[in-house]
Parts: sequence; structure tokens; C-alpha cells
Amino acid sequence: MIIAMAAAARLFIRGAHSTLAISGVGTGRQNSLLKLSAGCSSRLKAQRHAAHFTFQPDPPTTEYGDTQKMNLFQSITSALDNTLASDPTAVIFGEDVAFGGVFRCTVGLRDKYGKDRVFNTPLCEQGIVGFGIGAAAAGATAIAEIQFADYIFPAFDQIVNEAAKYRYRSGNLFDCGNLTIRAPWGCVGHGSLYHSQSPEAFFAHCPGIKVVIPRSPLQAKGLLLSCIADNNPCLFFEPKILYRAAVEQVPVDSYTIPLSQAEVLQEGSDLTLVAWGTQIHVMKEVANMAQEKLGVSCEVIDLRTILPWDTETVCKSVVKTGRLLISHEAPVTGGFAAEISSTVQEECFLNLEAPIARVCGYDTPFPHIFEPFYIPDKWKCFDAIKRMINY
Amino acid sequence: MKTMLAIISNALCRITGRSAGEQTVSELLIGLSEFVNLTSPPAAAAVPPQARRLPPKPPPAGGAAQLVSSRTDQTDRPGARVVASRSLSDFTPQATFDIKKCDVHRLEAGPPVRAELTREQGLQYYRTMQTVRRMELKADQLYKQKIIRGFCHLYDGQEACAAGIEAAINPSDHLITAYRAHGYTFTRGVSIREILAELTGRRGGVAKGKGGSMHMYAPHFYGGNGIVGAQVPLGAGIALACQYQGNNQICVTLYGDGAANQGQLFETFNMAALWKLPCIFVCENNKYGMGTSVERASASTDYYKRGDFIPGLRVDGMDVLCVREAAKFAADHCRAGKGPIIMELQTYRYHGHSMSDPGVSYRTREEIQEVRSKSDPISLLKERLLSNNMASVEELKEIDIQIRKEVEEAAQFATSDPEPPLEELCNHIFSNDPPLEVRGTNPWSKLKSIS
Repeated sequence: MIIAMAAAARLFIRGAHSTLAISGVGTGRQNSLLKLSAGCSSRLKAQRHAAHFTFQPDPPTTEYGDTQKMNLFQSITSALDNTLASDPTAVIFGEDVAFGGVFRCTVGLRDKYGKDRVFNTPLCEQGIVGFGIGAAAAGATAIAEIQFADYIFPAFDQIVNEAAKYRYRSGNLFDCGNLTIRAPWGCVGHGSLYHSQSPEAFFAHCPGIKVVIPRSPLQAKGLLLSCIADNNPCLFFEPKILYRAAVEQVPVDSYTIPLSQAEVLQEGSDLTLVAWGTQIHVMKEVANMAQEKLGVSCEVIDLRTILPWDTETVCKSVVKTGRLLISHEAPVTGGFAAEISSTVQEECFLNLEAPIARVCGYDTPFPHIFEPFYIPDKWKCFDAIKRMINY
Repeated sequence: MKTMLAIISNALCRITGRSAGEQTVSELLIGLSEFVNLTSPPAAAAVPPQARRLPPKPPPAGGAAQLVSSRTDQTDRPGARVVASRSLSDFTPQATFDIKKCDVHRLEAGPPVRAELTREQGLQYYRTMQTVRRMELKADQLYKQKIIRGFCHLYDGQEACAAGIEAAINPSDHLITAYRAHGYTFTRGVSIREILAELTGRRGGVAKGKGGSMHMYAPHFYGGNGIVGAQVPLGAGIALACQYQGNNQICVTLYGDGAANQGQLFETFNMAALWKLPCIFVCENNKYGMGTSVERASASTDYYKRGDFIPGLRVDGMDVLCVREAAKFAADHCRAGKGPIIMELQTYRYHGHSMSDPGVSYRTREEIQEVRSKSDPISLLKERLLSNNMASVEELKEIDIQIRKEVEEAAQFATSDPEPPLEELCNHIFSNDPPLEVRGTNPWSKLKSIS
């Protein structure tokens, strides 16, 4: 009975899509844009069968020692495990971290290291971060977890006013460099308004903290260990859609990946693509599409650290290619792409062949049902590339 | 002949559930025809989708005194069927029950320990709670079929809180709660189909499909809020508006045991007490803040005392009469201008925190089973009604069948309704007179936003 109902329900949904209204949204140009995305009918179904990207793992490396197959949350657990083992002052705290965390990032750590080093906090983000700042200032390596980046806003004051300015206002007498705040970040397919936000732009506006976003398990572990080791308060955003989807060979031992260094994933000569986090995997696909369909050779850069960001790598690349496309899920107005765009046009004005394109989320709250339309997927980026090439 | 009559009368009594007694055959035959009416397929089943009305209640029994309820201004919905028009001798019209005494904080006296319940009220509360229960179970089913996506926080087990509070306040009072909001959305007047359509994200949903599970709204019901604790200062603000306008309305502001540790709550308590706002703060303590039990999260689990300078009550949240009496007491307290009051409702949720939480990694199945068997709010009410002869088993079963059907139809609607049109993506960001241009993912793509 239930199965029959479910089958009937699916039939209804498929039937309903033929009547989906996408007309009357604007000029003819927009209609073609929307028709392009509407052509991917698999994404219009109420039951999403595919994500908007395919995770592309890095080739395995023996640079850092023996590796093991891990997904993103396991690589985070591994990094935290290494930290707790080597640093006796390290403590991990946050909501529900004791049993392993809602994304299983801290599984097994409490059993291994004790309940005074891995403990739960009550539901109070402002309290968690404030408490973390204090613990860090007193000398402990404090690793705080905010359950979703969307919930970080009660702690915004503590991060921006307290953590970021501690060293500055005390004339280097005190600092909370031992603090690292981790939070799951970005769209997840069904997160809707309060489980999908990408708030890196809010924090990029604040000198004194570092903001880091990895694209894969290998990167995540190295970057997280760098953040923990770094003498500045760091915000580490983990793309939650990759927690299970991203699987790679990750070194078992400790290793660090330098902060404030962007990575060129793929060299190219015609166009530079800059992104971070989940969007990198979209960009890689777009670069392949551009090569196959347009013969355009794209250079893909993963920014990795949002603040302070690696202006040199990006500008050098734009000098070479002359075109830049930046993409992120956060809304376009005031998103971090604006900062990159502005700096690049300052530095490389005469090298630019076309205006810098930003393919980002719409200026709306992250939608519930409209997510497939909202996110900057590969088709929208591809369209932007076409226009830039034909400028 | 007499034996024949006796046999027939016994059979009819068993069928109709009436107490056997000396009755004439004609009376019995009338009863039988009514029973046939009851079990035949209902006439008008669908309710108008846009009608905002209170949960349906059966019209008062013919001959019974017209009891003044707080909803006298509501008309019966079209197609209402007479559930029972029996004479008084068959069901007890009213009974008084002993309810648990409430612990009090900074109060001389608490709510009464005896509650009156009329047959109509009993059936109404039963209907409300059973509807919420079935609706939540249907949402669970739809979620597992991936027709509902995203986050879904279910309310089953806590129905007595919603039903009891609604019974104690007026429709013109205000209510705001957190994300476990489907029950309150229903008690505040939104139809089942609008709730389920909002869960599935369709245009027939109460927020046009744009909000989802956590964001449902109705007149005098302010949601539906995702961020934990964020709704509490809002509730105080609504209470201030009531006070300012002098309209004798109050605001019921709900939060959970997890939110009780948020800083903004204490800021709100201070403001509410300082300005004597007519606000009832209700802490729905279901013993677990997601996966953390109250002992591990709170230094003091006496949530009714956490307001410190605000008087408080601790109430058995599984008993709808207890909740109603306490809420009435609290509402009177606020309306008398005595300032805010805190009500801690001790309740339990059967499901996990949300659909992605199995709910058994931090508590045992035995515990859930125990609560289900000993303190289930619907069973408690049912027992009371049946043991005091205020309703019959068949009657309640009939109500169950009706509700099941309604929920089924609503689910059908929710599954088949089309999704909101793409224009809705950008509407209602701002309030703007000429349509606003919204920048899109590319510099040349701009969408229109109207509000």
C-alpha cells in the first residue's frame, strides 16, 4: 500500500514538472540562461538524484608518509587525533562533540583522550566562542566546534570584537592564537535557509582572524593542522556536502599545508577560474567542458585561505590569461568574489581582456525548494566563460 | 416477544456502545440508525484549502446545555456531520478530574488541582491531539520516501502541550515557538494540507513553499524559527505590543530545554520582568536537547526556576488538562498585569530530534516504550473519556478513521501540488513598491523581486 502510494507520488511529481513555470522572468537573454539550466531535468525533480558537482580527488601522494582511504569527516578526526596526541594542552569542545558530533568528526576521541579533553558544551554559541577565547588566551590549544556555520552569528561579536582584536589592543601582551573554530559550511542539497550558509564574506572583513576553507580530505587535514598550529585565531569551514562524498588517500601522520597560499590545480592559458571549497569541483568540470566544447584552456586556482588571501598567485595567473571568473555559493553582493575582483582589476587592469565575471548565488536568503536554481552550477559558469571568450 | 426484544436490545447495545438498560425498541432502533450514519462513508470530506479555521470540533450534543467555549464566534465547517445527537442519559456530559499539582516558584498558589472536562472538550482535545499525531507520522512517512526533504522536527509525544495551551488561550492571543512547530501550526488554525504542502515545498503550502518545516506562520502565530532561542526576544516584543495597545492579549513564547541555556533568553527575562510584559514563557522540557540529556547540559534542570525573579510553574506536559489549567492560570496572571510567568512543561518526544536522528543513540528504546505505554497524552485522555463514560470506543475509533482520511487526503494534495514558480525565488526579499532587480549568478542575469 505504502509502496504503491510512493510510486503514485513519484508519478505525480514527474508529471508536475512539465508545468513548471519558468517564463516571464526577464529579457530573452535570461530565458535562454534558464532554459539551459532547465534542460538538466534531473535536477528539477523534487527527489534530487545527483548533486550539482562530482568530487574529484587529488592524485595520491607519498609526500607525507603512509596514507589511508578517508572521507572528509574521517580526515578531520585524524587531524584532531594527531593534535590531541602531540599537544597535551589541546581540548575540543562544542555541541554534541562527545559522542562523535552530528557529522561524526570527533568519533572515538573522547574514549581515547578522556572526558576532560573532549567535552560537550550547552547550546550557547556566544558562550562557546567566548569560552574558547579565554582558554586560548590562558595557553590551552582550544578547538571549538560550532555545529553549523549558520549558527555562528551569536558568536559574531566574540569573534570579531574579542578574538580578532585581542593581540592588537593589548599591544601583543595577550593573544588568542591558540583558538581554532571549526564549522560545517555550504550548501548540502536540502539544507534550506539555516543549514546551507557560507558566511566567509562576513569574516573576511575582519582583520585579525584567518579564514580557511578546504576542498578535499587531504587538504582539510593539512589545513586544519596548520590552523591549529598557527598563532592566530582561525576559522575553519568544512564543506558539509563533502563529509561523506569526498574520499581520498590521506596521510595518517601529521602534516601541514601552508596557509595564505592558493594552489593552482590545473594550468591554462586562456582563462583563470578561482573558487574554494565545494565549488572547486564544479570548476574542474567547467574547465573540462570549456576545453572540450570551446577549446578554451582554463587555469583552476583553489584559494584555500580566504583571509589573508594569496593575491600574488591570482594576479600572476590573470596577467598570464587575461580573464578571470570567480565563483562561490554565497550571495553575489558583497561576497568574497567582490574583493578578489576589485584587487585584481587594481593590479592587472591593462592585462584584462574581458570584465571579471562573478558567478555566485542570488541575492536572496538561501532558498528551501529553489536550491537547484540558486546555486552557481557548472552551466552558469560555462555560460559566463562563453561570454568572456566572445567579449 | 420479550426475549426477542431483550436479544435485539442487547445486540443493539453492544453495537452502538450504549449502556444496556431498560429501553424501548424504538429508541434502540433510532440509535441503530444513527450508528449506521456514523459508519457510512462521510459526505463532504475535503475542506476548502485556503480556509483558515480552528481544528474542527463536533457540534454540541443535542439537549446538552450549550457550554460557553472560547470559540463561540467560529461557525461549523461546511459538511460537518453530527457525530452524536444522543440524549444526556448515554454519555456523561461533564466530569471533574484530579490533576497533578504543579510545583511553583515565587507564587503563593498554583493552578487548581481539579479540572473540569466536558464531553465536547474531551472529544475536541482528542481530535486535535490525534490529528497532530497522525500528521506527524505521515510527515515521517513522506520524509522516508524522500518526498519531504530538508529538516523535519516531529512533535509526536508532545501533543498535549499544543492542545492544552490552545485550549487555554484565545485565538486573538499570540504564540511563537521554535522549529518543532507543526503541532502549533495546526492548533493555531492552519489546515493539515497546507502544513504538509509546506513540508513538501509546494505552492499550496502555508508559506508558499518557501519556508519548509521550520518556517510556518499564521495570523497570531509567528512561527516556526530555526535559530535556537532566537524566538524568545521576539515573543517579548510581541507581548510589549499587546501591552502598548492595551488589547488584553498575551503572547505565549515557547522554547526547549536546549534553548534554555542561550544568553538571549536571560536578556529577555530581564526585559519582560522589568516592564511587566504579558508574556508566558513556556519551556517544553522533553529531556533532551537534540542528543544531550538535560543533566549534561544544564547546571540547573529546574527550568521553571531559571527566570529567577520571574514566577514559575512546573507542569506535567503529558496531561492535556494539566497543561490547560496551568496555561489558564498563567494567562490570568499575565492579563492581570502581574508581568511575565514561566511554565515548564515536562514532556517527551518519541522521534529523535529531527528525521536524521534515530533517537536511540542517547536514550534507550525501553525508555521510549515506557513513556509510550504509561504517559502517552492521547491514551491518557482516551482512558479518562472511556472510563467516565464520556465517549464510546466506537466513537473514538470513528474519529480516528476520519482523521486518517483527512491526513491521507492532505498528503495526496501535498504530493501532487506543483512547486512554487521560479518568480517566487526572488519575491519578498524586501518590501518594495516598484519591482526590485535582484542580481543573479551572472552579471547579466537579473531577476525581478516583487513584494
